[in-house]
Amino acid sequence: MDFSLPTEPMNHKRKNPDPSPDSDESTTQLSSPFPDEVLERVLSLLNSRKDRNSVSLVCKDWYDAERWSRTHVFIGNCYSVSPEILTRRFPNIRSVTLKGKPRFSDFDLVPPKWGAYVHSWLLVFATKYHFLEELRLKRMTVSDENLKLLALSFPNFKALSLLSCDGFSTDGLASITTHCKNLTELDIQENDIDDKSGKWLSCFPENFMSLEVLNFANLNSDVNFEALERLVSRCKSLKVLKVNENMTLEQLHRLLVLAPHLRELGTGSLLQELTPRQHSELKSAFNNCKNLNMLSGFYEVTSIFLPVLYPACTSLTFLNLSYAALRSDELSNLLVHCPLLQRLWVLDSVEDEGLEAVGSNCPLLEELRVFPASDPFEDEILHGVTEAGFLAVSYGCKKLHYVLYFCRQMTNAAVATIVQNCPDFTHFRLCIMNPRQPDYQTNEPMDEAFGAVVKTCTKLRRLAVSGLLTDLTFEYIGKYANNLETLSVAFAGSSDRGMECVLKGCPKLRKLEIRDCPFGNAALLSSFRKYESMRSLWMSGCKVTMDGCRLLAQEMPRLNVEVIRECGNDGFQADKLYVYRSVAGPRKDAPSFVLTL
Amino acid sequence: MESKVAYQNELNLKATELRLGLPGTDIESEEQALSSARNNKRPLPDNTKECGLKGSSDDAQHSDHEAAPPAKAQIVGWPPIRSYRKNNLQPKKTEAEASGIYVKVSMDGAPYLRKIDLRVYEGYPELLKALENMFKFTIGEYSEREGYKGSEFAPTYEDKDGDWMLVGDVPWDMFMSSCKRLRIMKGSEARGLGCGV
Repeated sequence: MDFSLPTEPMNHKRKNPDPSPDSDESTTQLSSPFPDEVLERVLSLLNSRKDRNSVSLVCKDWYDAERWSRTHVFIGNCYSVSPEILTRRFPNIRSVTLKGKPRFSDFDLVPPKWGAYVHSWLLVFATKYHFLEELRLKRMTVSDENLKLLALSFPNFKALSLLSCDGFSTDGLASITTHCKNLTELDIQENDIDDKSGKWLSCFPENFMSLEVLNFANLNSDVNFEALERLVSRCKSLKVLKVNENMTLEQLHRLLVLAPHLRELGTGSLLQELTPRQHSELKSAFNNCKNLNMLSGFYEVTSIFLPVLYPACTSLTFLNLSYAALRSDELSNLLVHCPLLQRLWVLDSVEDEGLEAVGSNCPLLEELRVFPASDPFEDEILHGVTEAGFLAVSYGCKKLHYVLYFCRQMTNAAVATIVQNCPDFTHFRLCIMNPRQPDYQTNEPMDEAFGAVVKTCTKLRRLAVSGLLTDLTFEYIGKYANNLETLSVAFAGSSDRGMECVLKGCPKLRKLEIRDCPFGNAALLSSFRKYESMRSLWMSGCKVTMDGCRLLAQEMPRLNVEVIRECGNDGFQADKLYVYRSVAGPRKDAPSFVLTL
Repeated sequence: MESKVAYQNELNLKATELRLGLPGTDIESEEQALSSARNNKRPLPDNTKECGLKGSSDDAQHSDHEAAPPAKAQIVGWPPIRSYRKNNLQPKKTEAEASGIYVKVSMDGAPYLRKIDLRVYEGYPELLKALENMFKFTIGEYSEREGYKGSEFAPTYEDKDGDWMLVGDVPWDMFMSSCKRLRIMKGSEARGLGCGV
């Protein structure tokens, strides 16, 4: 929940725009010196939700003006508020962002059918937000019926984005493409879709031309290429096109010729053999894409293909190679042509050498994500990246502030140097893939590494820790991480004290997710009031018990304390705990395995 | 330090580890894999709990010496990359793995799914035994007339037509070629009884 809610819902009607000196409403309170419409007009220019939350707390008039003028709402936890409360407070919403399941559901830690159904939201929106234009969902359960309801209920509907959602099939997408006449954005990312066929694409009417963003990289079924070609040639405003793996290079070429104005391109699979003529044609097509900022896709790519891209790379700011197992030399040759790169996602197949090339060629880099190329449990880790790669990047990329780094070894000294080189980290997510692995040179815990991070990086908002860690790490975090909002912890800590330190410090903490740590009831209950200032707490595989959770639920009635109970559980341990603040009360749609205490 | 020594030992043990169908290219490893299936020995240590390894450092020391190699054991949701991304890593595996018949196995009430290679099993008895071990339950006795009697679980599979069938009705080879995924249904669900949690 990202707007501040008073404890009682406000039921005020819109005030009369003509202020009379004897206004009956405000004999006991100061009224705003501006007429409502001026205030609303001014506030309508405010976009930042933090600013809007602050505005709404000034006084009743400002609260009212803000609620009438808000057009976009962000709900970080769909269970923190109900659609009824939302629509009552904000009558003029055009754009909704809704997030559902806890983040650890991405890693299979949340059983299926847990919840986060968009259904109840859509039913209310259909009556209250007739002019809804945008819906962005993350980790929600969406059905084909929901998508049909969406397509039919909102005549002005423009943008649909589904990220990490589940429960729907390509039939649902067909409803959207068939009925949404004003659609500008269809963004389907990393979802669990029942991929029946590519027919949904052919459902766009022949006179439909408003599309600006189309991302179907997630879908495996073939779409009708001729239909896609016609669609692309009609939609002159198309800025983002991300196709699926099945697109051939020949097809990609034809699309590029039709849409050289693209800003973001996601390619298909790049394995086919090219004749010299095809090679030069494709290179020329890429050369004509003067506006290309982002490239992604690259499913299965060969060295021979990469040079075709070079002309398009000069203006690239974001390169997503996280599905392409490139070698260090391939990456190196490519990066020479990407001097303006700000964001880079790669697989660890590029190894430390590849990252050295990053340091050498990308002085403007702000964000780096290095993912594992293979499952470390199924393949022997002989490859991958180490502290050397990260160090090399930190020497060359002084503007680096966002890192997600999966590695097989790390040292305290390296991390200390890295943050000295790049003190402006806002997001530091380090995953040493072997749980509880110490500093491989000194054999000590990695406490000092994360100590250095929180002491040096005063702007740090998000931190993920790994490796062998004692409570000392958490002492450091609690003491120094004053801007920290999100903390992810796994296989770390020595006792309750660790978690207690974090809860007592970290004044801006909003999300705390913990798995497999020795934190128990004492830690959970040490600062229970803190949870009301946070969005949520997740604890799984820890030492909390059902009794501890019940105590928490008793002390804090405005928190939802939920335990996910699995078959075979003894009823004593609370194996998966999810705590979050809510003004909507306990969930009404919880499945049998979710116990609300 | 103990943990470093244990870590190095784990690396050595990996070379001789029995694995269930991965990545074994030659007949020798296949035979090893088959025999491990027959003996119901799982290469993944049984001490791995459903929700991952438990967290205290005492446990860490303890599990380092138990089964081998525990640090390489499958931990649910680790490393923390999205399932979508994990699934997209598959193409990088070796030839032999690519030729295996991998199907997902879900069990009602279990928090996560497993994947098995059907090629590894000689027939229904081996498969069912492996499933029993994987999810710690007992399948009843199969009879053509009454299905699986004697337990509340029933192994089912989704065939090429999208229908849910009872495992064991068709010849093994036909089953292998038509099975898309497995689901161990709780008999209670099929017969309308509760889980009892």
